[in-house]
Amino acid sequence: MHGHSTFEPKNGVVKWLEARLPILSFMHGSFVAYPTPKNLNYWWTFGAILSFMLIAQIVTGVVLTMHYTPESTLAFSSVEKIMRDVNWGWMLRYAHSNGASMFFFAVYIHIFRGIYYGSYKAPREVLWILGVIIFLLMMATGFMGYVLPWGQMSFWGATVITNLFSAIPFVGDEITVWLWGGYSVDNPTLNRFFALHYLLPFIIVAVVGLHVWALHVCGQNNPDGVEIKDIEKDTVPFTPHATMKDSLGIVFFLLLYCWFIFYVPNYLGDADNYIPANPMKTPPHIVPEWYFLPFYAILRSIPDKLAGVIAMFAAIAVLAFLPWLDTSKVRSAKYRPIYKIFFWVFVVCAVGLGYLGAMPPEGGFVLASRILAVAYFAFFLIVLPLLGLFEKTKPVPASIADAVLAKHGSASSVAAGAASAPQTKG
Amino acid sequence: MASATTVEPTRRDFLFIATGAVAAVGAAAVVWPLINQMSPDASTLALASTEVDIGAIPEGQIITIKWRGKPVFISHRTEKEIKEAEDVNVATLPDPQTDAARVQKPQWLIVIGVCTHLGCIPLGHQGEYGGWFCPCHGSVYDTSGRIRKGPAPRNLAVPQYSFLTDTKVKIG
Repeated sequence: MHGHSTFEPKNGVVKWLEARLPILSFMHGSFVAYPTPKNLNYWWTFGAILSFMLIAQIVTGVVLTMHYTPESTLAFSSVEKIMRDVNWGWMLRYAHSNGASMFFFAVYIHIFRGIYYGSYKAPREVLWILGVIIFLLMMATGFMGYVLPWGQMSFWGATVITNLFSAIPFVGDEITVWLWGGYSVDNPTLNRFFALHYLLPFIIVAVVGLHVWALHVCGQNNPDGVEIKDIEKDTVPFTPHATMKDSLGIVFFLLLYCWFIFYVPNYLGDADNYIPANPMKTPPHIVPEWYFLPFYAILRSIPDKLAGVIAMFAAIAVLAFLPWLDTSKVRSAKYRPIYKIFFWVFVVCAVGLGYLGAMPPEGGFVLASRILAVAYFAFFLIVLPLLGLFEKTKPVPASIADAVLAKHGSASSVAAGAASAPQTKG
Repeated sequence: MASATTVEPTRRDFLFIATGAVAAVGAAAVVWPLINQMSPDASTLALASTEVDIGAIPEGQIITIKWRGKPVFISHRTEKEIKEAEDVNVATLPDPQTDAARVQKPQWLIVIGVCTHLGCIPLGHQGEYGGWFCPCHGSVYDTSGRIRKGPAPRNLAVPQYSFLTDTKVKIG
């Protein structure tokens, strides 16, 4: 799917470099001449938005490091110093803390888009699994970053999450002590979390590199879920078309991001985290950051410790098996009327679990999270495998060009070709 | 393999495997310090025990002291609390243990104040069994620190301790 690069250097220096390291023609082929499907909508701009957020987090993170002290007696006050004394410190920290939220917001949309349009199906399984790995790395990074300010929620969030590992049979307690570097969350824990919080974003950069590589091998999926057949008719060059569309997407996303930074910077945070960590007092109600809430709700919905922890990790791991759980040969929900309904039910379940994760674990909330947790797994393990066998799908257009022309009401000859057989796997 | 025709293992095969085995042991020997450095260091291990004067704790009060960075509850139990802890059908408990197995002297209950679910600190004199209630995920403990309800799998742990005198206890 690599574009037929039209890159022909005229400049002598560029020719010299090209003969030794063809990096410029590689960039040209990947981001200028690269053919993108004509029918991409704005949901496809989230890849670029996520790349932007990753860079923004690394840049703000690196400068925050210049002022932060990863030591349990100084961490909290060094963050307050950033907020009050460091030039632009308040803005950099708010950009970084809200940036984490925006990053997760974008990644959830990106994942839901993949599920809606069947972007995980052959031949894009590896691309999808790399995405799940990036999501896991993001969760680890986000969690460890939240511990660094060493407030009450940092400390108790770290305590609860590291204690998840104590559920492992036989060696759980030893693993937990090893993770802590002591008998509770303390200075050694903070130190290592800081080291890993600095390291993991660069691992994410590397896996994103693989993710983009895999994408450029198979080519992008698209709203109609049909493969590119004719580069001339079905695609447009990445630059200027995708470049401009992605840029506009980023601009609108930045508006939302800036609204959070400058108008409601603490809306997504927890007031308890402005109280310094106290290992002797648990806050009355521990809540993780909003982006972990659906998984936290699944953890709490099960009254058994080990089973709860397994269910929580399984809720993430099940995503990696999606390419094989979904048996339908049609990719896009556009042509899968029943799948489309289940997809939206699934979205409601996921958001509902997020709401329940923030509620106290009592009464009707527990029952509701149990029902939604069952529904969450049922979507992957029951609905997707069976739907592929029983669902009557709509006819899939023969090509991207046909889909685009049919939509914009052109020559009737195109419509005749639209009723071809659905895409077959592989 | 270059020597696909050879049936008998040769001296070269032996040397090849032996070299590989030594390399594997070497790699493991290098990895171990990199993993083991994360375990508690010498200064953390040195803080292993602490002494507490319990003479000033009135009956019915629970105090919290810090041991190995964790809270330890010392409860001076009332007659009623002791009776409630003893009058339980042990077989019905999620983690069956008699009260006698958890105390050295019935009026003093000493337990690690960390919920066995996910490590929060339970609140004293709360919950329907008059013992502890964990605010995080709703585990309920009785006056012997035993789990009675909620997601926690085990009773509150009893640390190693000994009475140095009637009013002095050494934990650890």
